[in-house]
Amino acid sequence: MPSILVIVEQQQGKLNRVSWETIAAGQAIAADMGWSVEAAVVGNGIAGVAGEVAAKKLSKVYALDSPKLDRYNPDAFAAALKQLIAAKQPTLVLMPHTYQVRDFAPKLATQLGRCVISDCTGYKKDGEKLVFTRQMFQGKFSADVSFGSDGPWLATFQNGSFRGDKAEDGAAAAPVETFAVTIDAAAVRNQPEEWFKEAKQAVDLTQAEIIVSVGRGIKEQKNIELAQQLAAALGGEIAASRPICDNGWLPMDRQIGSSGQTVSPKLYLALGISGAIQHIVGMKGARAIIAINKDSEAPIFEIADIAVVGNLFDIVPPLIEEIKKVKS
Amino acid sequence: MKILVCMKQVPQKDAPLKLNESGTWIREDVSYEVNEPDAFALEEALRQKEKHGGEVVVITSGPARAQQVLREALAKGADRAIHLEDDAFVGLDALNTARALAAAIKDEQFDLIFTGLQSDDYGFAQTGVILAELLGWPHATIIMHLEKNDSGIRVKRELEAGFFQFVNMPLPAVLTIQSGINKLRYATLIGIKQAKNKPMRKVALAEVQSALSPNLQKIERLYVPQKTKKTEILDGPPAEIAKKLVDKLRNELRVL
Repeated sequence: MPSILVIVEQQQGKLNRVSWETIAAGQAIAADMGWSVEAAVVGNGIAGVAGEVAAKKLSKVYALDSPKLDRYNPDAFAAALKQLIAAKQPTLVLMPHTYQVRDFAPKLATQLGRCVISDCTGYKKDGEKLVFTRQMFQGKFSADVSFGSDGPWLATFQNGSFRGDKAEDGAAAAPVETFAVTIDAAAVRNQPEEWFKEAKQAVDLTQAEIIVSVGRGIKEQKNIELAQQLAAALGGEIAASRPICDNGWLPMDRQIGSSGQTVSPKLYLALGISGAIQHIVGMKGARAIIAINKDSEAPIFEIADIAVVGNLFDIVPPLIEEIKKVKS
Repeated sequence: MKILVCMKQVPQKDAPLKLNESGTWIREDVSYEVNEPDAFALEEALRQKEKHGGEVVVITSGPARAQQVLREALAKGADRAIHLEDDAFVGLDALNTARALAAAIKDEQFDLIFTGLQSDDYGFAQTGVILAELLGWPHATIIMHLEKNDSGIRVKRELEAGFFQFVNMPLPAVLTIQSGINKLRYATLIGIKQAKNKPMRKVALAEVQSALSPNLQKIERLYVPQKTKKTEILDGPPAEIAKKLVDKLRNELRVL
Protein backbone atom coordinates (compact mmCIF):
# COMPACT_ATOMS: atom_id res chain seq x y z
CA MET A 1 0.00 0.00 0.00
CA PRO A 2 1.37 3.45 -0.84
CA SER A 3 2.21 5.39 2.29
CA ILE A 4 2.33 8.99 3.39
CA LEU A 5 5.14 10.14 5.65
CA VAL A 6 4.38 13.18 7.80
CA ILE A 7 7.49 14.90 9.15
CA VAL A 8 6.49 16.62 12.36
CA GLU A 9 8.43 19.51 13.86
CA GLN A 10 9.74 19.84 17.39
CA GLN A 11 12.06 22.14 19.29
CA GLN A 12 13.89 20.83 22.33
CA GLY A 13 11.42 18.09 22.98
CA LYS A 14 8.34 20.24 22.43
CA LEU A 15 6.07 19.55 19.48
CA ASN A 16 5.26 22.48 17.19
CA ARG A 17 1.44 22.49 17.23
CA VAL A 18 1.28 23.03 13.47
CA SER A 19 2.39 19.38 13.20
CA TRP A 20 -1.14 18.26 14.18
CA GLU A 21 -2.45 20.07 11.08
CA THR A 22 -0.01 18.19 8.86
CA ILE A 23 -1.04 14.89 10.46
CA ALA A 24 -4.69 15.82 9.84
CA ALA A 25 -3.80 16.56 6.20
CA GLY A 26 -2.04 13.21 5.88
CA GLN A 27 -5.00 11.36 7.38
CA ALA A 28 -7.44 13.11 5.03
CA ILE A 29 -5.39 12.31 1.92
CA ALA A 30 -4.87 8.73 3.10
CA ALA A 31 -8.61 8.27 3.56
CA ASP A 32 -9.32 9.59 0.05
CA MET A 33 -6.60 7.59 -1.66
CA GLY A 34 -6.73 4.40 0.41
CA TRP A 35 -3.16 4.91 1.60
CA SER A 36 -1.52 4.55 5.02
CA VAL A 37 0.07 7.30 7.13
CA GLU A 38 3.29 7.23 9.09
CA ALA A 39 5.07 10.04 10.93
CA ALA A 40 8.69 10.90 11.62
CA VAL A 41 10.19 12.94 14.46
CA VAL A 42 13.72 14.33 14.04
CA GLY A 43 15.91 15.58 16.89
CA ASN A 44 17.74 14.64 20.05
CA GLY A 45 15.92 13.18 23.05
CA ILE A 46 12.60 13.01 21.28
CA ALA A 47 11.06 9.88 22.82
CA GLY A 48 8.42 12.04 24.52
CA VAL A 49 7.38 13.77 21.30
CA ALA A 50 7.35 10.46 19.41
CA GLY A 51 5.07 9.03 22.07
CA GLU A 52 2.76 12.03 21.88
CA VAL A 53 2.52 11.74 18.10
CA ALA A 54 1.97 7.96 18.32
CA ALA A 55 -1.39 8.56 20.03
CA LYS A 56 -2.75 9.64 16.64
CA LYS A 57 -4.13 7.25 14.07
CA LEU A 58 -0.87 6.36 12.32
CA SER A 59 0.55 3.04 11.22
CA LYS A 60 4.00 3.86 12.58
CA VAL A 61 6.13 6.64 14.07
CA TYR A 62 9.83 6.80 13.22
CA ALA A 63 12.12 8.41 15.77
CA LEU A 64 15.30 9.82 14.22
CA ASP A 65 17.05 10.41 17.52
CA SER A 66 20.68 11.54 17.52
CA PRO A 67 22.84 14.08 19.38
CA LYS A 68 23.88 15.28 15.92
CA LEU A 69 20.29 16.37 15.33
CA ASP A 70 20.09 18.32 18.57
CA ARG A 71 20.01 21.80 17.10
CA TYR A 72 18.45 22.19 13.68
CA ASN A 73 20.99 22.20 10.88
CA PRO A 74 20.08 21.81 7.19
CA ASP A 75 22.94 19.45 6.32
CA ALA A 76 22.21 17.06 9.20
CA PHE A 77 18.41 17.14 8.84
CA ALA A 78 18.50 16.58 5.09
CA ALA A 79 20.99 13.71 5.49
CA ALA A 80 18.86 12.01 8.18
CA LEU A 81 15.59 12.35 6.29
CA LYS A 82 17.14 11.24 3.02
CA GLN A 83 18.15 7.98 4.70
CA LEU A 84 14.66 7.45 6.09
CA ILE A 85 12.93 8.20 2.79
CA ALA A 86 15.34 6.00 0.84
CA ALA A 87 14.68 3.12 3.25
CA LYS A 88 10.91 3.45 3.59
CA GLN A 89 9.98 4.69 0.10
CA PRO A 90 6.88 6.72 0.99
CA THR A 91 4.83 7.89 -1.99
CA LEU A 92 4.14 11.26 -0.41
CA VAL A 93 6.08 13.23 2.21
CA LEU A 94 4.14 16.00 3.98
CA MET A 95 5.60 18.78 6.09
CA PRO A 96 4.30 21.98 7.67
CA HIS A 97 5.45 25.10 5.78
CA THR A 98 7.49 26.44 8.67
CA TYR A 99 10.66 28.52 8.39
CA GLN A 100 12.63 25.41 9.34
CA VAL A 101 11.04 23.25 6.66
CA ARG A 102 11.57 26.02 4.09
CA ASP A 103 15.24 25.85 5.01
CA PHE A 104 15.80 22.12 4.37
CA ALA A 105 12.95 20.74 2.25
CA PRO A 106 14.18 22.05 -1.15
CA LYS A 107 17.65 20.66 -0.35
CA LEU A 108 16.22 17.28 0.66
CA ALA A 109 14.08 17.10 -2.48
CA THR A 110 17.05 17.96 -4.70
CA GLN A 111 19.12 15.24 -3.05
CA LEU A 112 16.31 12.80 -3.81
CA GLY A 113 16.06 14.04 -7.41
CA ARG A 114 12.53 15.24 -6.70
CA CYS A 115 10.72 18.51 -6.00
CA VAL A 116 8.61 20.09 -3.29
CA ILE A 117 5.24 21.66 -3.98
CA SER A 118 5.55 24.30 -1.31
CA ASP A 119 3.09 26.32 0.76
CA CYS A 120 -0.03 24.34 -0.22
CA THR A 121 -3.42 25.21 1.23
CA GLY A 122 -5.23 22.03 0.24
CA TYR A 123 -5.43 19.08 -2.11
CA LYS A 124 -7.91 17.55 -4.54
CA LYS A 125 -8.40 14.08 -5.83
CA ASP A 126 -8.90 14.51 -9.55
CA GLY A 127 -9.84 11.02 -10.76
CA GLU A 128 -6.92 8.93 -9.57
CA LYS A 129 -4.64 11.94 -9.66
CA LEU A 130 -3.68 13.92 -6.59
CA VAL A 131 -3.34 17.68 -7.14
CA PHE A 132 -2.25 20.26 -4.61
CA THR A 133 -3.66 23.74 -4.29
CA ARG A 134 -1.38 26.65 -3.57
CA GLN A 135 -1.60 30.40 -3.78
CA MET A 136 0.32 32.37 -6.36
CA PHE A 137 0.87 36.02 -7.16
CA GLN A 138 0.62 36.90 -3.47
CA GLY A 139 -2.74 35.20 -3.12
CA LYS A 140 -4.40 36.81 -6.13
CA PHE A 141 -4.71 33.39 -7.77
CA SER A 142 -4.88 29.79 -6.67
CA ALA A 143 -3.15 27.08 -8.64
CA ASP A 144 -3.77 23.36 -8.90
CA VAL A 145 -0.35 21.79 -9.14
CA SER A 146 0.53 18.18 -9.92
CA PHE A 147 3.72 16.18 -9.67
CA GLY A 148 5.44 15.37 -12.94
CA SER A 149 7.46 12.38 -11.77
CA ASP A 150 7.02 9.26 -9.70
CA GLY A 151 7.36 9.47 -5.91
CA PRO A 152 8.50 10.30 -3.40
CA TRP A 153 6.50 13.49 -3.77
CA LEU A 154 7.14 16.23 -1.24
CA ALA A 155 4.62 18.89 -0.26
CA THR A 156 4.38 21.48 2.51
CA PHE A 157 1.14 22.85 3.95
CA GLN A 158 0.61 26.43 5.02
CA ASN A 159 -0.21 27.08 8.65
CA GLY A 160 -3.99 26.94 9.15
CA SER A 161 -4.78 24.90 6.02
CA PHE A 162 -6.08 21.98 8.07
CA ARG A 163 -7.50 21.82 11.58
CA GLY A 164 -5.06 20.34 14.03
CA ASP A 165 -7.88 19.34 16.36
CA LYS A 166 -9.23 17.13 13.55
CA ALA A 167 -6.16 14.89 13.68
CA GLU A 168 -7.70 11.54 14.60
CA ASP A 169 -6.56 9.53 17.58
CA GLY A 170 -5.71 5.89 17.03
CA ALA A 171 -7.53 3.00 18.71
CA ALA A 172 -4.17 2.07 20.23
CA ALA A 173 -0.82 3.82 20.26
CA ALA A 174 1.09 3.48 16.99
CA PRO A 175 4.37 1.56 17.22
CA VAL A 176 7.41 3.80 17.57
CA GLU A 177 10.44 2.58 15.62
CA THR A 178 13.86 4.04 16.26
CA PHE A 179 15.49 4.67 12.91
CA ALA A 180 19.26 4.90 13.16
CA VAL A 181 20.86 7.55 11.00
CA THR A 182 24.49 8.11 10.05
CA ILE A 183 25.58 11.72 9.98
CA ASP A 184 29.12 12.56 8.93
CA ALA A 185 30.16 15.42 11.23
CA ALA A 186 32.48 16.79 8.55
CA ALA A 187 29.54 17.18 6.16
CA VAL A 188 27.71 19.46 8.60
CA ARG A 189 28.86 22.95 7.71
CA ASN A 190 26.62 25.45 9.49
CA GLN A 191 27.21 26.11 13.18
CA PRO A 192 23.95 27.46 14.58
CA GLU A 193 23.78 29.38 17.88
CA GLU A 194 20.92 29.63 20.41
CA TRP A 195 17.55 31.16 19.52
CA PHE A 196 16.91 34.58 20.95
CA LYS A 197 14.39 37.40 20.94
CA GLU A 198 15.51 40.85 19.90
CA ALA A 199 14.00 42.79 22.75
CA LYS A 200 11.15 42.28 25.13
CA GLN A 201 7.94 42.73 23.24
CA ALA A 202 6.42 45.90 24.56
CA VAL A 203 2.96 45.08 23.32
CA ASP A 204 1.19 41.78 23.36
CA LEU A 205 -1.22 42.13 20.47
CA THR A 206 -2.54 38.61 21.07
CA GLN A 207 -4.56 39.98 23.98
CA ALA A 208 -6.08 42.92 22.07
CA GLU A 209 -9.81 42.75 21.36
CA ILE A 210 -9.72 45.37 18.63
CA ILE A 211 -6.85 45.84 16.21
CA VAL A 212 -6.54 48.55 13.57
CA SER A 213 -3.85 47.43 11.17
CA VAL A 214 -2.17 49.41 8.40
CA GLY A 215 -0.51 48.32 5.18
CA ARG A 216 1.20 49.90 2.21
CA GLY A 217 -1.99 51.78 1.33
CA ILE A 218 -1.22 54.22 4.14
CA LYS A 219 1.39 55.62 1.74
CA GLU A 220 3.45 57.83 4.08
CA GLN A 221 4.69 57.74 7.63
CA LYS A 222 2.76 60.87 8.59
CA ASN A 223 -0.51 59.11 7.70
CA ILE A 224 0.01 56.52 10.45
CA GLU A 225 -1.41 59.18 12.75
CA LEU A 226 -4.80 58.80 11.08
CA ALA A 227 -4.88 55.06 11.81
CA GLN A 228 -3.78 55.74 15.38
CA GLN A 229 -6.71 58.12 15.80
CA LEU A 230 -9.06 55.41 14.57
CA ALA A 231 -7.53 52.86 16.94
CA ALA A 232 -7.85 55.31 19.83
CA ALA A 233 -11.49 56.05 18.97
CA LEU A 234 -12.24 52.31 18.94
CA GLY A 235 -10.20 51.66 22.07
CA GLY A 236 -7.99 49.25 20.13
CA GLU A 237 -4.33 48.64 19.36
CA ILE A 238 -2.49 49.72 16.25
CA ALA A 239 -0.66 47.09 14.21
CA ALA A 240 0.80 46.76 10.74
CA SER A 241 1.86 44.51 7.92
CA ARG A 242 5.52 43.82 7.42
CA PRO A 243 6.48 46.62 4.93
CA ILE A 244 5.31 49.28 7.40
CA CYS A 245 7.59 47.92 10.12
CA ASP A 246 10.43 47.38 7.64
CA ASN A 247 10.19 51.11 6.87
CA GLY A 248 10.37 51.89 10.57
CA TRP A 249 6.98 53.63 10.51
CA LEU A 250 5.85 51.43 13.39
CA PRO A 251 8.04 49.30 15.67
CA MET A 252 8.62 45.64 14.77
CA ASP A 253 6.58 44.45 17.75
CA ARG A 254 3.47 45.85 16.05
CA GLN A 255 3.85 43.49 13.12
CA ILE A 256 1.17 40.90 12.34
CA GLY A 257 2.00 37.89 10.19
CA SER A 258 4.27 34.89 9.85
CA SER A 259 7.30 36.82 11.04
CA GLY A 260 5.35 38.81 13.62
CA GLN A 261 2.48 38.11 15.97
CA THR A 262 -0.54 35.87 15.36
CA VAL A 263 -3.75 37.43 16.62
CA SER A 264 -7.43 36.58 16.89
CA PRO A 265 -9.20 39.72 18.11
CA LYS A 266 -12.95 40.39 18.06
CA LEU A 267 -12.36 42.96 15.33
CA TYR A 268 -9.51 43.30 12.87
CA LEU A 269 -9.79 46.45 10.81
CA ALA A 270 -7.35 46.35 7.89
CA LEU A 271 -6.50 49.68 6.31
CA GLY A 272 -4.75 49.55 2.94
CA ILE A 273 -3.57 45.98 3.47
CA SER A 274 -3.53 43.91 0.29
CA GLY A 275 -3.47 40.63 2.19
CA ALA A 276 -0.29 38.80 1.21
CA ILE A 277 -0.24 35.22 2.53
CA GLN A 278 2.41 36.09 5.08
CA HIS A 279 0.10 38.66 6.63
CA ILE A 280 -3.09 36.62 6.44
CA VAL A 281 -1.68 33.69 8.40
CA GLY A 282 -1.27 36.08 11.31
CA MET A 283 -4.84 37.40 11.46
CA LYS A 284 -7.29 35.09 9.71
CA GLY A 285 -8.43 33.82 13.09
CA ALA A 286 -10.04 37.18 13.89
CA ARG A 287 -13.74 36.91 14.71
CA ALA A 288 -14.60 39.76 12.34
CA ILE A 289 -12.49 41.31 9.63
CA ILE A 290 -13.27 44.67 8.08
CA ALA A 291 -11.06 45.61 5.15
CA ILE A 292 -10.77 49.00 3.50
CA ASN A 293 -8.75 48.94 0.29
CA LYS A 294 -8.95 50.78 -3.01
CA ASP A 295 -8.04 47.68 -5.03
CA SER A 296 -11.23 45.63 -5.43
CA GLU A 297 -9.12 42.54 -6.23
CA ALA A 298 -6.97 42.74 -3.10
CA PRO A 299 -6.76 39.22 -1.56
CA ILE A 300 -7.70 40.65 1.86
CA PHE A 301 -11.29 40.84 0.60
CA GLU A 302 -11.34 37.05 0.23
CA ILE A 303 -11.29 36.67 3.98
CA ALA A 304 -13.06 39.88 4.99
CA ASP A 305 -16.52 39.85 6.55
CA ILE A 306 -17.09 43.43 5.53
CA ALA A 307 -15.39 44.88 2.48
CA VAL A 308 -15.12 48.55 1.71
CA VAL A 309 -13.67 49.22 -1.72
CA GLY A 310 -12.48 52.78 -1.54
CA ASN A 311 -9.86 55.27 -0.53
CA LEU A 312 -9.08 54.93 3.15
CA PHE A 313 -8.23 58.63 3.34
CA ASP A 314 -11.83 59.46 2.36
CA ILE A 315 -13.45 56.91 4.66
CA VAL A 316 -11.42 56.91 7.87
CA PRO A 317 -11.92 60.59 8.89
CA PRO A 318 -15.76 60.45 8.81
CA LEU A 319 -15.58 57.00 10.44
CA ILE A 320 -13.62 58.45 13.38
CA GLU A 321 -16.20 61.24 13.70
CA GLU A 322 -19.11 58.77 13.66
CA ILE A 323 -17.48 56.58 16.30
CA LYS A 324 -16.86 59.58 18.54
CA LYS A 325 -20.48 60.66 18.12
CA VAL A 326 -21.79 57.25 19.12
CA LYS A 327 -19.42 56.99 22.07
CA SER A 328 -20.20 60.40 23.51
CA MET B 1 34.15 39.50 -1.84
CA LYS B 2 32.66 38.52 -5.13
CA ILE B 3 28.89 38.38 -4.78
CA LEU B 4 26.22 37.21 -7.22
CA VAL B 5 22.69 38.50 -6.71
CA CYS B 6 19.84 36.53 -8.30
CA MET B 7 16.99 38.85 -9.20
CA LYS B 8 13.58 38.39 -10.72
CA GLN B 9 11.12 40.59 -12.50
CA VAL B 10 7.54 40.11 -11.26
CA PRO B 11 4.21 41.86 -11.92
CA GLN B 12 3.83 45.13 -10.02
CA LYS B 13 2.18 44.69 -6.63
CA ASP B 14 -1.03 46.51 -7.50
CA ALA B 15 -1.13 45.54 -11.18
CA PRO B 16 -4.53 44.08 -12.10
CA LEU B 17 -3.76 40.55 -13.27
CA LYS B 18 -5.78 38.59 -15.82
CA LEU B 19 -5.60 34.92 -16.67
CA ASN B 20 -4.42 33.78 -20.10
CA GLU B 21 -6.77 31.85 -22.38
CA SER B 22 -5.64 28.43 -21.25
CA GLY B 23 -5.95 29.44 -17.58
CA THR B 24 -2.44 28.32 -16.78
CA TRP B 25 -0.65 31.64 -16.44
CA ILE B 26 -1.35 35.37 -16.35
CA ARG B 27 -1.58 37.58 -19.41
CA GLU B 28 1.81 39.13 -19.82
CA ASP B 29 0.62 42.63 -20.75
CA VAL B 30 1.06 44.06 -17.26
CA SER B 31 3.59 46.37 -15.62
CA TYR B 32 6.55 44.70 -13.98
CA GLU B 33 8.96 45.55 -11.21
CA VAL B 34 11.81 43.94 -9.33
CA ASN B 35 10.78 41.26 -6.83
CA GLU B 36 10.93 43.12 -3.51
CA PRO B 37 13.22 40.86 -1.44
CA ASP B 38 15.64 40.76 -4.40
CA ALA B 39 16.03 44.54 -4.15
CA PHE B 40 17.09 44.08 -0.51
CA ALA B 41 19.48 41.30 -1.59
CA LEU B 42 21.10 43.66 -4.10
CA GLU B 43 21.39 46.43 -1.50
CA GLU B 44 23.07 44.04 0.94
CA ALA B 45 25.55 42.95 -1.74
CA LEU B 46 26.41 46.57 -2.53
CA ARG B 47 26.94 47.31 1.17
CA GLN B 48 29.21 44.27 1.58
CA LYS B 49 31.25 45.38 -1.40
CA GLU B 50 31.58 48.87 0.06
CA LYS B 51 32.92 47.32 3.26
CA HIS B 52 35.15 44.57 1.91
CA GLY B 53 35.77 45.44 -1.74
CA GLY B 54 35.15 42.98 -4.55
CA GLU B 55 32.51 42.75 -7.20
CA VAL B 56 28.73 42.60 -7.40
CA VAL B 57 27.26 40.69 -10.32
CA VAL B 58 23.50 40.49 -10.96
CA ILE B 59 21.74 37.70 -12.80
CA THR B 60 18.19 37.13 -13.98
CA SER B 61 16.36 34.65 -16.18
CA GLY B 62 13.40 35.80 -18.21
CA PRO B 63 12.25 37.48 -21.42
CA ALA B 64 13.77 40.65 -22.91
CA ARG B 65 11.66 42.79 -20.54
CA ALA B 66 13.50 41.33 -17.53
CA GLN B 67 16.63 43.22 -18.60
CA GLN B 68 15.11 46.29 -16.91
CA VAL B 69 15.77 44.72 -13.51
CA LEU B 70 19.45 44.29 -14.38
CA ARG B 71 19.73 47.85 -15.75
CA GLU B 72 18.34 49.23 -12.51
CA ALA B 73 20.77 47.11 -10.50
CA LEU B 74 23.70 48.33 -12.59
CA ALA B 75 22.53 51.92 -12.06
CA LYS B 76 22.52 51.34 -8.30
CA GLY B 77 26.11 50.10 -8.39
CA ALA B 78 26.31 46.47 -9.54
CA ASP B 79 29.40 45.93 -11.70
CA ARG B 80 28.05 43.65 -14.38
CA ALA B 81 25.04 41.59 -15.32
CA ILE B 82 24.11 38.20 -16.74
CA HIS B 83 20.78 37.77 -18.52
CA LEU B 84 19.45 34.31 -19.32
CA GLU B 85 17.15 35.58 -21.99
CA ASP B 86 14.23 33.53 -23.23
CA ASP B 87 10.47 33.53 -22.73
CA ALA B 88 10.73 29.88 -21.70
CA PHE B 89 12.54 30.72 -18.46
CA VAL B 90 9.28 32.08 -17.03
CA GLY B 91 7.76 28.59 -17.00
CA LEU B 92 10.59 26.75 -15.28
CA ASP B 93 10.03 25.28 -11.85
CA ALA B 94 12.44 26.11 -9.02
CA LEU B 95 14.71 23.13 -9.72
CA ASN B 96 15.13 23.98 -13.39
CA THR B 97 15.60 27.69 -12.65
CA ALA B 98 18.38 26.82 -10.21
CA ARG B 99 19.94 24.47 -12.77
CA ALA B 100 19.87 27.19 -15.43
CA LEU B 101 21.49 29.70 -13.05
CA ALA B 102 24.14 27.17 -12.01
CA ALA B 103 24.94 26.39 -15.65
CA ALA B 104 25.23 30.09 -16.52
CA ILE B 105 27.82 30.74 -13.78
CA LYS B 106 29.86 27.54 -14.09
CA ASP B 107 33.00 29.48 -15.09
CA GLU B 108 32.63 32.10 -12.34
CA GLN B 109 33.99 31.99 -8.80
CA PHE B 110 31.75 33.71 -6.30
CA ASP B 111 32.18 33.89 -2.52
CA LEU B 112 28.50 34.50 -1.91
CA ILE B 113 25.25 34.19 -3.80
CA PHE B 114 22.20 36.15 -2.61
CA THR B 115 18.60 35.61 -3.58
CA GLY B 116 15.45 37.19 -2.22
CA LEU B 117 13.71 34.81 0.21
CA GLN B 118 10.89 34.16 -2.25
CA SER B 119 9.28 35.58 -5.36
CA ASP B 120 6.02 37.46 -5.46
CA ASP B 121 4.76 35.43 -8.44
CA TYR B 122 5.37 31.70 -7.81
CA GLY B 123 6.31 32.12 -4.16
CA PHE B 124 8.20 28.80 -4.11
CA ALA B 125 10.90 30.07 -1.69
CA GLN B 126 13.15 27.31 -3.03
CA THR B 127 15.46 28.47 -5.82
CA GLY B 128 18.26 29.73 -3.57
CA VAL B 129 18.34 26.59 -1.42
CA ILE B 130 18.33 24.33 -4.48
CA LEU B 131 21.09 26.38 -6.12
CA ALA B 132 23.24 25.88 -3.02
CA GLU B 133 22.66 22.12 -3.16
CA LEU B 134 23.51 21.97 -6.88
CA LEU B 135 26.75 23.88 -6.25
CA GLY B 136 27.55 21.80 -3.16
CA TRP B 137 27.58 24.92 -0.97
CA PRO B 138 26.02 25.55 2.45
CA HIS B 139 23.07 27.90 2.67
CA ALA B 140 21.05 29.86 5.19
CA THR B 141 17.59 31.31 4.66
CA ILE B 142 15.65 34.42 5.68
CA ILE B 143 18.72 36.45 6.57
CA MET B 144 18.43 39.74 8.44
CA HIS B 145 22.12 40.54 8.99
CA LEU B 146 25.51 39.28 7.95
CA GLU B 147 29.10 39.93 8.87
CA LYS B 148 32.34 38.52 7.54
CA ASN B 149 34.73 36.88 9.99
CA ASP B 150 37.97 34.93 9.80
CA SER B 151 36.39 31.56 9.10
CA GLY B 152 33.58 32.71 6.81
CA ILE B 153 30.42 34.57 7.76
CA ARG B 154 28.09 34.95 10.69
CA VAL B 155 24.48 35.48 9.65
CA LYS B 156 21.31 36.30 11.55
CA ARG B 157 18.37 34.12 10.56
CA GLU B 158 14.84 35.24 11.18
CA LEU B 159 12.73 32.52 12.80
CA GLU B 160 9.04 32.48 13.58
CA ALA B 161 7.23 34.37 16.33
CA GLY B 162 9.88 37.03 16.83
CA PHE B 163 12.84 34.69 17.34
CA PHE B 164 16.24 34.99 15.67
CA GLN B 165 19.36 32.88 15.50
CA PHE B 166 22.97 33.49 14.55
CA VAL B 167 24.63 30.90 12.34
CA ASN B 168 28.33 30.65 11.53
CA MET B 169 29.13 29.21 8.16
CA PRO B 170 32.03 28.86 5.74
CA LEU B 171 32.27 30.45 2.30
CA PRO B 172 31.26 30.10 -0.46
CA ALA B 173 27.60 30.07 0.55
CA VAL B 174 24.12 30.94 -0.65
CA LEU B 175 21.93 33.24 1.45
CA THR B 176 18.26 34.07 0.94
CA ILE B 177 17.65 37.63 2.06
CA GLN B 178 14.61 38.90 3.95
CA SER B 179 12.95 42.23 3.11
CA GLY B 180 13.86 44.94 5.58
CA ILE B 181 17.46 43.79 6.19
CA ASN B 182 18.65 47.25 5.13
CA LYS B 183 17.42 50.51 3.69
CA LEU B 184 17.28 50.61 -0.09
CA ARG B 185 19.19 53.25 -2.03
CA TYR B 186 18.01 55.04 -5.11
CA ALA B 187 19.95 55.05 -8.35
CA THR B 188 21.76 58.32 -8.95
CA LEU B 189 21.74 60.15 -12.26
CA ILE B 190 25.41 59.41 -12.73
CA GLY B 191 24.77 55.77 -11.83
CA ILE B 192 22.11 55.54 -14.52
CA LYS B 193 24.54 57.01 -17.06
CA GLN B 194 27.35 54.65 -16.07
CA ALA B 195 25.05 51.65 -16.22
CA LYS B 196 24.82 51.99 -19.99
CA ASN B 197 28.50 51.09 -20.35
CA LYS B 198 28.58 48.22 -17.88
CA PRO B 199 28.93 44.67 -19.25
CA MET B 200 25.77 42.63 -19.78
CA ARG B 201 26.35 39.00 -20.76
CA LYS B 202 23.45 37.34 -22.56
CA VAL B 203 22.95 33.61 -22.13
CA ALA B 204 20.62 31.86 -24.58
CA LEU B 205 18.36 28.98 -23.58
CA ALA B 206 20.39 26.68 -25.85
CA GLU B 207 23.52 27.29 -23.77
CA VAL B 208 21.96 25.90 -20.59
CA GLN B 209 19.41 23.51 -22.09
CA SER B 210 21.49 20.41 -21.42
CA ALA B 211 21.29 21.13 -17.67
CA LEU B 212 17.49 21.16 -17.71
CA SER B 213 14.90 18.39 -17.64
CA PRO B 214 11.10 18.43 -17.83
CA ASN B 215 9.58 20.30 -14.87
CA LEU B 216 8.86 18.03 -11.90
CA GLN B 217 5.76 20.03 -11.02
CA LYS B 218 3.11 21.31 -13.32
CA ILE B 219 0.48 24.04 -12.95
CA GLU B 220 -2.69 22.34 -14.13
CA ARG B 221 -4.87 25.34 -13.67
CA LEU B 222 -4.71 28.88 -12.34
CA TYR B 223 -7.90 30.49 -11.08
CA VAL B 224 -9.35 33.18 -8.87
CA PRO B 225 -9.60 31.71 -5.36
CA GLN B 226 -13.00 30.49 -4.31
CA LYS B 227 -14.40 32.52 -1.50
CA THR B 228 -14.80 30.55 1.68
CA LYS B 229 -16.37 33.43 3.53
CA LYS B 230 -19.48 35.48 2.87
CA THR B 231 -18.33 39.02 2.44
CA GLU B 232 -20.66 41.94 2.68
CA ILE B 233 -19.65 44.83 0.45
CA LEU B 234 -20.36 48.33 1.67
CA ASP B 235 -20.42 51.15 -0.83
CA GLY B 236 -21.68 54.67 -1.29
CA PRO B 237 -20.25 58.06 -0.40
CA PRO B 238 -17.65 58.00 2.42
CA ALA B 239 -19.96 59.61 4.99
CA GLU B 240 -22.59 56.97 4.33
CA ILE B 241 -20.06 54.13 4.54
CA ALA B 242 -18.85 55.53 7.86
CA LYS B 243 -22.42 55.49 9.20
CA LYS B 244 -23.02 51.92 7.98
CA LEU B 245 -19.75 50.74 9.51
CA VAL B 246 -20.52 52.27 12.88
CA ASP B 247 -23.93 50.66 12.80
CA LYS B 248 -22.31 47.27 12.23
CA LEU B 249 -19.64 47.84 14.86
CA ARG B 250 -22.35 48.66 17.33
CA ASN B 251 -25.20 46.30 16.54
CA GLU B 252 -23.66 43.27 14.85
CA LEU B 253 -20.06 43.04 16.07
CA ARG B 254 -20.91 44.71 19.39
CA VAL B 255 -17.51 46.28 19.83
CA LEU B 256 -18.78 49.81 20.41
